[in-house]
Amino acid sequence: MLIENYITSHCTIGHGTVFKDGKHLFENKEADLSGFLLSVYQHFHLNYPKFYKMDNLSKLGWLTAEILLKDGFEKDNYRPEEIGIVLANANSSLDNDLKYFATTKDIPSPSLFVYTLPNIVIGEICIRNHFKGEHAFFIQDTFDAGFIEKQVDCLLDNQILQTCVCGWVDVLEQEYKAVLFLVEKKNRGNSVLFSAENMDGIFTIFDII
Amino acid sequence: MNEKDVFVVADNVLTPLGKTTAENFSKLKQNISAVKLHHNTNISSQSFYASLFHKDESFIKNGKGYTKFEQLLIASIGNALQNSGVDAKDKKTVFLISSTKGNIGLLETEINNAELQKRIALSTSAKLVSAYFGFVNQPIVISNACISGVLGIMTGMRLLRSGQYENAVIAGADVISEFILSGFQSFQALSAQVCKPFDKSRNGLNLGEGAGTIILSTQKKHPQNIKVMGGSVSNDANHISGPSRTGKELGYAITKALQDAALTPGDIDFVSAHGTATIYNDEMEANAIGLSHLQSVPLNSLKGYYGHTLGAAGLIESIISVQSLKEELLISTKGFEETGVTSSVNVINGNLPLKARNFLKTASGFGGCNAAVVFGK
Repeated sequence: MLIENYITSHCTIGHGTVFKDGKHLFENKEADLSGFLLSVYQHFHLNYPKFYKMDNLSKLGWLTAEILLKDGFEKDNYRPEEIGIVLANANSSLDNDLKYFATTKDIPSPSLFVYTLPNIVIGEICIRNHFKGEHAFFIQDTFDAGFIEKQVDCLLDNQILQTCVCGWVDVLEQEYKAVLFLVEKKNRGNSVLFSAENMDGIFTIFDII
Repeated sequence: MNEKDVFVVADNVLTPLGKTTAENFSKLKQNISAVKLHHNTNISSQSFYASLFHKDESFIKNGKGYTKFEQLLIASIGNALQNSGVDAKDKKTVFLISSTKGNIGLLETEINNAELQKRIALSTSAKLVSAYFGFVNQPIVISNACISGVLGIMTGMRLLRSGQYENAVIAGADVISEFILSGFQSFQALSAQVCKPFDKSRNGLNLGEGAGTIILSTQKKHPQNIKVMGGSVSNDANHISGPSRTGKELGYAITKALQDAALTPGDIDFVSAHGTATIYNDEMEANAIGLSHLQSVPLNSLKGYYGHTLGAAGLIESIISVQSLKEELLISTKGFEETGVTSSVNVINGNLPLKARNFLKTASGFGGCNAAVVFGK
């Protein structure tokens, strides 16, 4: 039996730009990464004091999830355990690892150490949205859409999850990119089929602008 | 869910206690711990308790070009593959690696530049180790804090159930570096003695190095009859570095893992707990065990022998528990004397002869992650 799942929303943050569902929402190419992330937070009028203590990987993933899920995602249609997250990146938490390691010469910082794991960004998104379902963080050289598709289809088609946020969140120093997809079982009208090909198409949006 | 049975066909545990599963189990039967007091100024100005390999220990014959982390993986996988009947080069074989910090220790000895950053990336290690054995499929790397090992087993199980592959080689390793040690010290999470899981006087964890490999297969030709029967993962959605106060979320993962295995709590003969010996982990875990109606089931933690081996822990502890099924002997919880958790759990503090059919393995970690996996005959 072939079960179809749908990308009901997607959000991309990279190159100083924010796109949601193909629409250009915000741009700030002047700032460094920290300044850019703060400008995104302010532009979208987000109010979440925990944001300020996050490392850049968590800030990037959290912001992308905020914009992905605002306007349209009906969280109340699901139980917390039915919502999951599958993410991947190339550099794990190395961006923050370097910052933590610099503190070990003097006084090691527990508040930086806690971000020395890539899955902390999943934890931050779960805390914010009260998601309690299955999740996993994979390390890949480059975004492997085919692998992510199989992982998410397995979770949805076996009724382990009813909806899943998946994609890529990567930061290393000033290089960064986040692309998140909201995958649901129902077509919301403007949805596209959840497939590796469609994810790859959305993932490379910056290559065509 | 696809009803394909997933069998455990071979395994290896590589720790300071021994280089094979059998060597490790024989030491555990004698309740010998690898956790010792170390004065190693290369990684810490203060002395500390941990389970570490001897600094001159070699793991493979020609280790040139491979870091200690990669050598541990190669040695463990090599031993598990031997006589397993599973061919690494078969296109139906998939290779998975679990680790929390991999080669992060290179920051301490090498100059930080783009080349080093590439060398530290877990996918670089995965490619090197994969090429060593000639795996043909792209290796899968899981880095999900302290549930990485259990999540590796679950991911492998699901890939086999789906029919995409017939064999899965799942390996995990972590090496204790100044980076990791200083972090846990900064958290004041380390015990000033050999750790005491679930005990009244427990005061923190020990860190440990090691590797574990488990080989799973759906092929009927393998003679073993122990299966990975089901698994589940959940998130606390509560705090990034502190576990849930209630244990409800780990409890949920346990319930779902049992459902996935088509078993009930009454079918579980023992529990291999995460049992890190921190105040909060053990308290949360005991709550979750109680919520899952497993409070009277014999339970152990192996952290008093190995410390917390991070990304390898779920693999090492699952494999030792599989050995317990085979040898009908549950290993004592070293360090446990008097219960120190609010919810009653049946922690064993002496080796227990046990004809068991099924066991549950649990794990939890930073980021609020919980995992539960069920093995059985």
